[in-house]
Amino acid sequence: MNFLHRHKGLTPYLLLVPGIAWLALFFLAPLGFLGYQSLQTGTFDTGYTFDWAFSNYWDAIRDYHEQFVRSFVYAGIATILALLVSYPLVYWIAFRAGRWKNVCLILIVAPLFVTYLVRTLAWLNILADEGPVVGFLRDIHVLGPDGRLLATSVAVVAGITYNFLPFMALPLYVSLEQIDARVLEAAEDLYASKRQAFLRVTLPLSAPGIVAGTLLTFIPAAGDFINAQLLGTPKQYMVGNVIQSKFLDVLDYPSAAALSFILMALILVGLIVYARAVGTERLTG
Amino acid sequence: MRWVKRHLLPAYALLAFCYLLLPIAVVILFSFNAPSGRYNYVWEGFTLDNWINWDAPPGIQSAVVKSLEIGVLSTIVATVLGTLLALAIVRHQFRGRGATNMLIFLPMSTPEIVLGASLLTLFLNRQIVTGFGTIFIAHVMFIVSYVVVTVKARLIDFDRHLEEAAMDLGANEWVTFRKVTLPLLAPAILSAALLGFALSIDDFVITYFVSGPTQTFPLFVWGAARVAVPPQVNVVASAIFLIAVLIMVANVLWGLRARRARESMPAAVPLPETLPRTEPA
Repeated sequence: MNFLHRHKGLTPYLLLVPGIAWLALFFLAPLGFLGYQSLQTGTFDTGYTFDWAFSNYWDAIRDYHEQFVRSFVYAGIATILALLVSYPLVYWIAFRAGRWKNVCLILIVAPLFVTYLVRTLAWLNILADEGPVVGFLRDIHVLGPDGRLLATSVAVVAGITYNFLPFMALPLYVSLEQIDARVLEAAEDLYASKRQAFLRVTLPLSAPGIVAGTLLTFIPAAGDFINAQLLGTPKQYMVGNVIQSKFLDVLDYPSAAALSFILMALILVGLIVYARAVGTERLTG
Repeated sequence: MRWVKRHLLPAYALLAFCYLLLPIAVVILFSFNAPSGRYNYVWEGFTLDNWINWDAPPGIQSAVVKSLEIGVLSTIVATVLGTLLALAIVRHQFRGRGATNMLIFLPMSTPEIVLGASLLTLFLNRQIVTGFGTIFIAHVMFIVSYVVVTVKARLIDFDRHLEEAAMDLGANEWVTFRKVTLPLLAPAILSAALLGFALSIDDFVITYFVSGPTQTFPLFVWGAARVAVPPQVNVVASAIFLIAVLIMVANVLWGLRARRARESMPAAVPLPETLPRTEPA
């Protein structure tokens, strides 16, 4: 303790060292290794050599641009759907639920308490060809007599939307909950219609929640491979499926590493653009 | 028309809740199913067998135990590391703050598959054998950031006068930390730990990359999904779900009680609004 007294400036560094060391060793260093691996050539059997093989990147983009586009399209649609589904719900909880607020919040995060894989598998039951949803859609002729939901893009996007919805809803709730009721009253006093008050007061004030929710939904959704694997077919595969199989089945590490790097780079670029638009403090808290 | 307008939003909320809860209901319902074949897709009849013999499928019990062990160990380590980081960031000025914040924020904004893949390349290149230890390392890494965020939020609102009071009363820094700071932070640290534990036992993607031969519960489910998922998987998932909900409810009630106690308590030292002025005679 005396030592600390004499070197007050050291305290923050002592607090930081263990955590920062862990993140440096097991987050930053692995990214370095991933970059190193992505520039190697060779095969699993003959071994890999490092030779600045940037061609891995071009090959990855050439061969898998379809999966990249699909990942971002699926993740984008799922994010928008999650926003559209959760905004009115969260709005109702924040302004109308009264004493049931806490119960409602538990219900919103409840899906997160069911093991991710198991709740995705539950959608297999729900969307199954013999299941009630498909039966109903066939009866009202939205689907043809042999139409199915499983193994389609619809099922995969629905799965992603469902799985990441709480990550959209929670930050939205926090930002709506913080809105001062007096601001809305002021809008009303100044003869704003309900619609105007919503569009020009509530919606802009909930922007931080929309921003945070979008990020928390889009990023994991773009890297997901479980929904495409369980609810889709290889025709719905996203870039995550490619990375996963290259790393763990095909053992083509350089190509898998290049794909991972491209995915991360694309997301980081998006993040920086987004951060510029809304301010970094809001992102890193 | 007005009736419709007034009930539109509540009706919508009800529908949205149904959508959120439907898969959970399915998971719980099918834990009581008695499938005749290997596939647990179609409802065939009620049974309690799956709950009684939850450990019948080979490997499920050891997978659950592994998940719990990894969850507890990595949560403890990550909570300690994360709390120290939060204290440093909120309480101290130091060079490299921005970089530190960034380093904590980045793992949360990196897709899990990239985290898993990069850890695997590290382990492959350094010839580290993957298994229990590497899963532990990975889980601590991705939980730490969440702990920092949770504890930080509480530290920012922290009333530092309480610590100053303790120091004025002769407590040194360590005693103040142990007797004042830590107890006041305890709820935040506890919720950070619960969040960390939940993240750990649910993690599939990162674990899948760094697990080697070790099997956690999500990995067991993944393996089973390639053939046929036994109803016991639903039993374990339902049990985890019910325990988590109970903890959440307890937490909410605890919070309500604490708030009520605070509200009914008179301020320790009633402050006069304005001092009574004595008029000069």
